[in-house]
Amino acid sequence: MTVRLLNRDLECQQAVELVTDYLEGALTPRQRRRFERHIRRCPNCRAYLEQMRLTIAAAAGAPIELPDAETRDDLVQLFRRVRRDSPDA
Amino acid sequence: MVQSSSGSRLLQTSFVDGPVPASGGRRRLARWRQVGSSAVRSDEELTGLLRHGDEDAFTELVDRYHLRIVGLAQSVVGSRETAEDVAQDTWVAVLRGVNEFEGRSALRTWLFRVCINRARSAAGREHRYVAGDTAERAVDPRRFDASGQWASPLDDWTEAIDSRMVAATLAVHVREAIEDLPDVQRQVVTLRDVEGLSSDEVCEVLSISAGNERVLLHRGRSRLRALFEIQLRGG
Repeated sequence: MTVRLLNRDLECQQAVELVTDYLEGALTPRQRRRFERHIRRCPNCRAYLEQMRLTIAAAAGAPIELPDAETRDDLVQLFRRVRRDSPDA
Repeated sequence: MVQSSSGSRLLQTSFVDGPVPASGGRRRLARWRQVGSSAVRSDEELTGLLRHGDEDAFTELVDRYHLRIVGLAQSVVGSRETAEDVAQDTWVAVLRGVNEFEGRSALRTWLFRVCINRARSAAGREHRYVAGDTAERAVDPRRFDASGQWASPLDDWTEAIDSRMVAATLAVHVREAIEDLPDVQRQVVTLRDVEGLSSDEVCEVLSISAGNERVLLHRGRSRLRALFEIQLRGG
């Protein structure tokens, strides 16, 4: 009985809630096998997982913005003030 | 390096110039290609120089991190002006504490933690990091049938992403999409996915449990995916 329950395929709606735990390596080995079995069988959830991977990759590629010259100058002044007040720092 | 219309400069290590968002000049996403990693000094190297009072090292760290800590602070305090004050306080704390900083954690983890703690004090309240609405789903429940299977095939836009054009479009939209996330989701997604901190480091910076971190990350990423889906369908 227990074995049959564990072997039952995940529902898609359950699978999408496990995607982050799967990608973060937070599933138990048994949960992972069950998730991967579902992904192999379900093209929609496979596509969903791929979309999540791309979303994460897009976040990692977000451009880094540099401060404008005025802000930078203000912070350099701050640096000099702190150095003057506590020359050991 | 490119001077944008808003006066801020942008640094980017991938993609050529992408399309500018329809919202216009608030943030022009022009980028430059990094010529070679040899020109970039590591955080560790800059921290060492900073201990000896090296102003150039400080400026380089400011270029690298200032707007990132302003953004992080703003997700806690709300106002941009207060966030800029918090960022300044953070730099002062870093300058005063750099000699005691033992380098057991990475500089940026320390920097972000100082920033979050100061932002929370400035906000005058302990920020509560509950997972939020437990009913919040990764995918709109109406997309599934009564048996929990997808009601209609998922539009697979990942194949379209192979085109550089679409990849560039996503990169352009991702910052604004992240900024629109609920505050705590935004903090977790920013630290984990944009900054690339480990989940342990994210928990350390935000003082939250691993379970809570993953729930917030899941909600945030799911929202981003849903936004991209809408954008790519609409586009």
